Amino acid sequence: MGDSIKLRYDVNGEDFVTCGQASEDVKRTLKGIGIPSATIRRVSIAMYEGEINMVIHGGGGVAEVEIFEDRITIVLKDTGKGIADIEKAMQEGYSTATEDIRELGFGAGMGLPNMKKYSDEFAIESKVGQGTTVTMTINFQEDA
Amino acid sequence: MTAKEISAKTNGKIAVDSDFDAKEFYVGDFLSRVMGKAPADSAWITVMSNVNVAGVAVLAEIKIIVLCEGVTPSEQLIDRCKEQQIAVVTTDLGAYECCRLLS
Repeated sequence: MGDSIKLRYDVNGEDFVTCGQASEDVKRTLKGIGIPSATIRRVSIAMYEGEINMVIHGGGGVAEVEIFEDRITIVLKDTGKGIADIEKAMQEGYSTATEDIRELGFGAGMGLPNMKKYSDEFAIESKVGQGTTVTMTINFQEDA
Repeated sequence: MTAKEISAKTNGKIAVDSDFDAKEFYVGDFLSRVMGKAPADSAWITVMSNVNVAGVAVLAEIKIIVLCEGVTPSEQLIDRCKEQQIAVVTTDLGAYECCRLLS
């Protein structure tokens, strides 16, 4: 059918205040094309968690979003310090965030687990010293 | 429960008002836990008051924020919540007492 919608955002690595703007823009876009609200919520949370991770750990990066008729793909790419042990990072409650970050309410060790939980397909690639790329796909099913 | 009702029950103040009637509640301060667990259309009881609290509420579809222990919301938080029609109630009570009175 129609063409996909492509969106691209720079995520500022030092700014917790603007963090989330890309996710909110995607949320608005999905609302505008009539995606069910429960699905939008999953997309929003998964992407916001990803943005937060890029700010906390990745030194910022780029979010590339493509909206198809039946799904959305979100690719979050940073060139930060990378993840040494992905298996550990995927565990609920495991965090390498600093005390300062935790005082802001982040660093609960739930970011990556939430991203996985809310996406239908989740992939993470990371190299220490080079950065991390997370790819998430969320299908647009009807609300139950 | 609306922001007005929550405010009355917890001897609180309304910082941002709305008519939204929350049916479910969530308590917690770690933002990712909130996003993982808080139901949509809920009221959220927390001591976190920075602007990211608004971001979490917007994206997780939380409609009322209840700030307890007398914490003061940042100006940015208030502005964002107004803009996004998220109610904010403040109370001097602790989270436990607040939940007790709301249940």
